[in-house]
Amino acid sequence: MTQTQKKKSTDTTQKKSPETATAPNVEQTNGSESSVSPKTQAKSANPPPTARFTSSAPNDHRLVGGGRTDSGRLMVHKTYKMWVGGKFIRSEQGRVLGLHNAEGDLVTHYVRASRKDLRDAVSAARSAQTPWATRSAFNRGQILFRAAEMIDARRESLIARLQEHANLSAAEAAQEVDAAADRMFWYAGWTDKYIQVLSSVNPVASSFFNFTLPEPTGVVAIFAPTNAPLLGLVSLIAPVILSGNTCVVLVENNAPTLAIELSEILATSDFPGGVVNILTGLRDELLPHAAGHMDINAIASCGGNEAQDRAIQIAACESVKRVHFFEQPQTLDAWCSERQQSLYSILPFVEWKTAWHPIGV
Amino acid sequence: MTTKTNEQAHSRDMASLLFGDLWGYAPSPESTDHVRYAQRYGHFINGRFVEGKDHFSSINPATEEVIAEFASADEAEVDRAVQAARAAYVGVWGKMKPAERAKYIYRLGRLIQENARELAILESMDGGKPIKESRDVDIPLVAAHFLYYAGWADKLHYAFPGATVSSIGVAGQVIPWNFPLLMAAWKLAPALAAGNTVVLKPAETTPLTAMKLAELCQEADLPAGVVNIVNGAGRTGAAIVKHPDVDKVAFTGSTEVGKIIQRAIAGTRKRLTLELGGKGANIIFEDAPIDQAVEGIIQGIFFNQGHVCCAGSRLLVQESVAKEVIQKLRIRMESLRVGDPLDKNTDVGAINSRAQLDKIHELVQSGIDEGAHIHQSACHLPSRGFFFRPTVFTEVSQSHRIAQEEIFGPVLSVLTFRTPDEALKKANNSPYGLSAGIWSDKGSKLFSVAGAIRAGVVWGNTYNQFDPASPFGGYKESGFGREGGLHGLKPYLEVR
Amino acid sequence: MQTYRLPKIPTVDQVQVESRAAAFTTRSIKKGAKKAALELAIRMMDLTTLEGMDTEGKVQMMCNKAMQPMIGRPCPSVAAVCVYPTLVGVAKRALVGSDVKVAAVATAFPSGQSFLPIRLEEIRQTVAEGADEIDMVISRGAFLAGEYARIYDEVAASKQACGPAHLKVILETGELGTYDQVRKASQIAMDAGADFIKTSTGKVSEAATLPVTLVMFEAVRDFFFQTGKRIGIKPAGGIRKAKQAWQYLVMVKETLGDDWLTPDLFRLGASSLLNDVLMQLQRLETGNYQSSLYFSED
Repeated sequence: MTQTQKKKSTDTTQKKSPETATAPNVEQTNGSESSVSPKTQAKSANPPPTARFTSSAPNDHRLVGGGRTDSGRLMVHKTYKMWVGGKFIRSEQGRVLGLHNAEGDLVTHYVRASRKDLRDAVSAARSAQTPWATRSAFNRGQILFRAAEMIDARRESLIARLQEHANLSAAEAAQEVDAAADRMFWYAGWTDKYIQVLSSVNPVASSFFNFTLPEPTGVVAIFAPTNAPLLGLVSLIAPVILSGNTCVVLVENNAPTLAIELSEILATSDFPGGVVNILTGLRDELLPHAAGHMDINAIASCGGNEAQDRAIQIAACESVKRVHFFEQPQTLDAWCSERQQSLYSILPFVEWKTAWHPIGV
Repeated sequence: MTTKTNEQAHSRDMASLLFGDLWGYAPSPESTDHVRYAQRYGHFINGRFVEGKDHFSSINPATEEVIAEFASADEAEVDRAVQAARAAYVGVWGKMKPAERAKYIYRLGRLIQENARELAILESMDGGKPIKESRDVDIPLVAAHFLYYAGWADKLHYAFPGATVSSIGVAGQVIPWNFPLLMAAWKLAPALAAGNTVVLKPAETTPLTAMKLAELCQEADLPAGVVNIVNGAGRTGAAIVKHPDVDKVAFTGSTEVGKIIQRAIAGTRKRLTLELGGKGANIIFEDAPIDQAVEGIIQGIFFNQGHVCCAGSRLLVQESVAKEVIQKLRIRMESLRVGDPLDKNTDVGAINSRAQLDKIHELVQSGIDEGAHIHQSACHLPSRGFFFRPTVFTEVSQSHRIAQEEIFGPVLSVLTFRTPDEALKKANNSPYGLSAGIWSDKGSKLFSVAGAIRAGVVWGNTYNQFDPASPFGGYKESGFGREGGLHGLKPYLEVR
Repeated sequence: MQTYRLPKIPTVDQVQVESRAAAFTTRSIKKGAKKAALELAIRMMDLTTLEGMDTEGKVQMMCNKAMQPMIGRPCPSVAAVCVYPTLVGVAKRALVGSDVKVAAVATAFPSGQSFLPIRLEEIRQTVAEGADEIDMVISRGAFLAGEYARIYDEVAASKQACGPAHLKVILETGELGTYDQVRKASQIAMDAGADFIKTSTGKVSEAATLPVTLVMFEAVRDFFFQTGKRIGIKPAGGIRKAKQAWQYLVMVKETLGDDWLTPDLFRLGASSLLNDVLMQLQRLETGNYQSSLYFSED
């Protein structure tokens, strides 16, 4: 089974699209392993961004063929687990997928989530939602800021991982990591402001104090972008959770391992368990179960093909889910653009509550 | 000296009051002398009334007499309407100076006011709602809605900070029969203010005032094609929703049909707003202003015969005051006047259609069968027409159909609770989330409970209040998108 | 002697009670219903004069009007005349042979700011003069200071002083500030033995309103539920038009029901309402709009 990549044909991105990071071809075998053969994703035309915080070469920790450091030390093998309910877990079915580098070598395995993993993740997200939403906006902001800090703190390893797993150049990797940190930082600041900016006091004709304010929708399923494995993820997760939603993220892209790296960052950023749940696997496999899940309130999707998007819309109507499709940028530059961060990206995942309070003695 | 009140309070059953005819109100029917309407309507497309085919009758539910015949638009007629809307969008409305758009919408508001009496009478004739409601609630709100959004048309860039806004294109709008003209206003005013053009379909049981609105569009000299109104039932609605040149779909109606529409537009990037059903919880705490709360219960469930998506159809009353509240509610129900919608003293009018009446009967029977205790007011019902007695079910459990399903009629289900937490759990234990009422004298409690209820509109110490400046819409299966207020603009704008 | 404690009573929401009261004004009262309402309003009327300049002559004329409001057509007499204590005797004599009762304001009307023994003595003397009904005022100062037991005791003592006369307790709602206070004052007055509760003296600018009266109705209704006793209500002050009168009647009919649609349990205190009611009656009869020139001032 081959998942074909979908390109959004927008005029601005068209000319760059052939040379950008895109969804990998996942050649799934009948067994428990699929191989990922990414197309060449080198993009060396742009000069490397100034790496202000880089003190050593980003390749220090790069795995070589047998998992040895440059100095020849055999590294301890890392298992990329999924992050559900604050715990790092394997799939209940024990299936994995393989991630291959540009040369076709197996880099690592990652988990192929099952529908029961999805079910568990939704249940974790549901339990976490009210407590997360009832934390103070300031506190949620602090946690998101902390996540931005932690992305910066793990900058070098993330850059390395993007190079190894997503075949980015060092410069591109640095650009994506830095943009990811900045994006998290930008959205973090909105937690205690978006309500102020978007709420209204409504001058009704009767004697009531009437106001409208946004509240989180609830549990949001996120179909992660098929490119920009770190920045794309941050760009979707942050606007969803900052208002108090919790999410279940389904990741299928050229380097799902970056999603797990991000999980490890979020796990050390004071996020309560279950606020963000990250599953790696195959979109087509999990999509009908997520879109039809009656305890998911909204779906954010990016980078799906027409059939997938349509399938989401059809299944979503069972519980009148809110569905929002994010246009997927096709270049790293486009992903990094400030146009990709917007106050209005928060809105598809909030509900407006209008309250009438009597004014009288 | 001691207080006799306290001593006797618990030793004596509540006495009852007598609401008889010692002094009766004489009939006071609104005169229909000066209302004018045609016997046969087609559609309003591109600024003109056009002939149609496959006519159906709209009847007066209070008399079961035919009011007029209305055509059913097929795909080709809907296509003509959409094309007219597209042409008007591209050629006129989309590029008109916003200040001029504002003045056209303002004209509609003023014309509604000038024709208010006739519109109110027609609304009551066609839909069965009491004239005092169409006169004092529906039509004034219709006018106010147009006037409110007229002012937005040339101020859109102030509405969404940091964003650029633009119109979307052609909006296809399908509206229900419970507030025929008001729902048309809720759909048209923001769509037009945002610079879109419209194809609107009124409900097949209440198309009359939409045709009058079309006349007012002509009087207002609204450019041809900006507002198109096609008549018909579900098939016509489907044709609008599915039309490839419709950019935006707005629907108010049942959750069942809402889901069909959501499915129908799958695979497209049409924007969608849905304002669907509800099973609103009206929560009475023991510290509530009880007499006003009883009035709010009445307002919540018997307003517009209970044909209100946000009706307070689930009464949650704290056990410590349940007996008193129910007693007072029953007494209050006896003074409700059920009957001729055109009589100025009618409180509860006619059920909108035989189909709806049948549905109410069916659900009420299920309540009886499931063991809930029924109480109905002893009022006299007219011999003709579709009427239903104000009804209250007590001893209702959360698991009963009448506690879960939207009845859309003058039928209230009463449940009790012991703590605020239990009230909240029961209130939120529903796939719907449109509205709720909270009754308490304690301000902090009102805010706290309002915050925790998963519903789009929460009324504190009131119920069924509407205002053009106040956004309205649901959570969960009650739909998405807002109508009214600044937030009601968003569904009709591209916000970047 | 046990100290009175105010029982638990429901609070009142201002917005909702005002909107409910406003709804009564939209009732359409036509033809026969209007005629019946107007005649009922006359039968429920306490025709009032409470001026420093009142004289025997003035009261005499008012009593004539009370007994025969309209010349040339059958017309019920009013329920009572309401005068100052010193004029009770005049009124009583003037009304001999009629059903019209004599009510008198007593207890240092309108402020109530005098010594209790003096106020009680005023009641006794007024009753001795022949008053059928005593309209007393509560000490609003004491009430607002939270001295509910004192209000209770004073009303109870006044009731005792009334002997056979009926006691109407004026709450002076315009000075109470909130509907909650109106509800409380109503409760205390009823608990202490009031036969009627009355809104106003007519001497402060905010007199009877529909929502204030509605709150009193609701208090009366609850008291009836709890004790089985029917207490009367008298809105007074500011009721000048026939339309206002039938709006009150609509509210009686739909809140307390038929039992209260009687002068025994509902009165309208007014000085200038009567002629407007008569003009409306005449208009119903003749079809012509009326002029005040054709209706005797008193």
